[in-house]
Amino acid sequence: MELYILSPILFPLLGLLINATLGQRISERAISGVATLAAAAAFLMSALMFGQLSGGDARLSATVAPWISAGPLQVSFGFLVDRLSIVAMLIVTGIGALIHMFSAGYMHGDPRFRRYFVYLNLFLASMLVLVMADNFLVMFMGWELVGLCSYLLIGFWFEKLKNAEAGRKAFVVNRIGDVGFVLGLLLIFATFGSFRFDDVFAQAKAQGEALAGAIGLITLLLFIGATGKSAQIPLFVWLPDAMAGPTPVSALIHAATMVTAGVYMMVRAGVLYELSPLTQQIVALVGALTALVAGSSALRQFDIKKVLAYSTVSQLGYMVAACGLGAFIAADFHLLTHAFFKAALFLAAGSVIHGMEHGLHAAHGAHVDPQDMRHMGGLARRMPVTFLVFLLGGLALAGLPPLSGFFSKDEILLEALKHNVLVFALLAASAVITALYVGRQLVLVFAGQPRSAAAAGATESNWLMTVPLIALTIGTALAGLFNFPTTHALTDWLAPVVPHGETPKFMPELAATFTALGLGGLGAAWWLYRRPERRFEEAEAALGRFLAGAWHFDAAYRAVVVKPFYALSTICAQVLDVGLIDGAVNGVGQLFRQAGAALRSVQSGFVRSYGLMMLLGIVLAVAYFVLNAR
Amino acid sequence: MDTTAFVALLSSVLFTIGVLGVLLRRSALLIFMSVELMLNAANLAFVSFAHRWNQLDGQVIVFFVMAVAAAEVAVGLALIVTIFRTKRSTNVDELSALRG
Repeated sequence: MELYILSPILFPLLGLLINATLGQRISERAISGVATLAAAAAFLMSALMFGQLSGGDARLSATVAPWISAGPLQVSFGFLVDRLSIVAMLIVTGIGALIHMFSAGYMHGDPRFRRYFVYLNLFLASMLVLVMADNFLVMFMGWELVGLCSYLLIGFWFEKLKNAEAGRKAFVVNRIGDVGFVLGLLLIFATFGSFRFDDVFAQAKAQGEALAGAIGLITLLLFIGATGKSAQIPLFVWLPDAMAGPTPVSALIHAATMVTAGVYMMVRAGVLYELSPLTQQIVALVGALTALVAGSSALRQFDIKKVLAYSTVSQLGYMVAACGLGAFIAADFHLLTHAFFKAALFLAAGSVIHGMEHGLHAAHGAHVDPQDMRHMGGLARRMPVTFLVFLLGGLALAGLPPLSGFFSKDEILLEALKHNVLVFALLAASAVITALYVGRQLVLVFAGQPRSAAAAGATESNWLMTVPLIALTIGTALAGLFNFPTTHALTDWLAPVVPHGETPKFMPELAATFTALGLGGLGAAWWLYRRPERRFEEAEAALGRFLAGAWHFDAAYRAVVVKPFYALSTICAQVLDVGLIDGAVNGVGQLFRQAGAALRSVQSGFVRSYGLMMLLGIVLAVAYFVLNAR
Repeated sequence: MDTTAFVALLSSVLFTIGVLGVLLRRSALLIFMSVELMLNAANLAFVSFAHRWNQLDGQVIVFFVMAVAAAEVAVGLALIVTIFRTKRSTNVDELSALRG
């Protein structure tokens, strides 16, 4: 039974063990096969458990072993599959498996092919630990493992300093959020005396009023952790840099794993958030602001992946804002649909880059950045499958019916309209912006004529890459059905485990307004970029620089944190270390050296002088005893 | 001057000669002989004081000293022979391998 419940974690672990030990002896095809099969097996097991849960079981849980046992602190490796975690598990393993398959084509010929798939499986296993945990500490373990994997994979091509730095940045920024998370964990234990979700939430429900202060602080601290993992203001700066990793990794980080961890955690701890309205206000505002800031930053990016990265931050802002509004189910729904369309978009972008690299290869010598949209154009005819996928993913992202993004975004906007007008205004503005940057990207990449030899020579990717793309596109198109406004299947499914208010009624006029706004945004983008060359200087203008630099968050951190820290490190290294510590150590050495140099003349090597000294010593000793004889 | 004082004086003169011999001579053999001279000067003092105070302790110690001296001679001579074999000389000033 325990093995059965753990199997989604164990399969990827098994896959990585096989690849880590035997990988050097088996072919590339076998390596990617093992890894993909492991992910697919995890998905199958999750689907089995889903069947069991929908058959009536409320939950499946397993306690593998005690972990920490110290007085009142009792923590075990406990795992829990309930209606909330199974949704996350299906997303993680399903989309994860497709990304594994895509990677097999994308990473073909990479010198560290095996290592890549080992990391990928580890990433999957870590994320599953996170979502399947039955207490905060095991969740934190998965949380940290995911952080480690993102570091390893973002800096996967570490030969380039820029990539290694991006990995390090992701790691460090996440650690800052983790400080908040750890403090929150400590406070949870101090308040409730347990880490188990069941105990904590039951107690919080029972005596919520009395503990309101502590719960407010706990939720705020946990939210700081979420701003790190789920890339919210002020800690979102690592995510755009995370594009340095291989593109399928970006898809994995942005769609299925990692960044959804913060949202998942807040949905899981929804009971606590429900009890502290102040935190909820903060969360909602931060989420909405992030949606706007990141969305507008996407407007002036020229790197095809960076647009998507800022778009991810913006969409995460939607989910976080939904959590802040108490609409945890809407947040989870958007997480689900976003996982589909963002994975599709990222993999399609990967396919574009792959095609551009092929074109580059065919064009010989002409050196252009294969990720720069200024060098693309006219790819729709050359990469028809990729184009269709990107188009549908983009339209879903822009929130156009009947694609999945429309439904989840609409639900969040409805909740915002009901609860908080300011948040609604921010989210509405970023919805328009979303349509604008999606349109801009579609036009720049796929429309018009090729603007470089690489784009002219680009070819469609092979089946290993297009099959996952098509599968994800089907999901993108249909995932809205999970919570169709008339049936609300996902709401009914999650209602027993996630706190929820009354589901707002579908408002046709709101949906129509936003559909019109989305179409308007796309149209405006098409009109603005119909002659793209004219607008390539836009990133140079003042507003362009402001947006391209993501509202100068990075620059501000560099000036306020990084530079002073480097200065402090320089002082430590060159003054304190060299002067004080090395000085003390070297000083001791010098002292003994010089003392030795002075004393060595005593050891003349002449037997007679030794004899004389002995005599003097004896005379002195005798004189001492004679004089003290009395 | 009574005999004891005279013998004590002789003993100290002999001892001093021995000390000077150890400090001033270069030949290992002669240093060795000077050490023997110092030992025997001490023996002389022991014997005369034992005679003066009518006690046997001094006499007995002299036997010990002689026995130890004999052992010392055996070891010392062996050392000197070995030194001579390796260095082709018994000049102690040349034995300065431990100079600092």
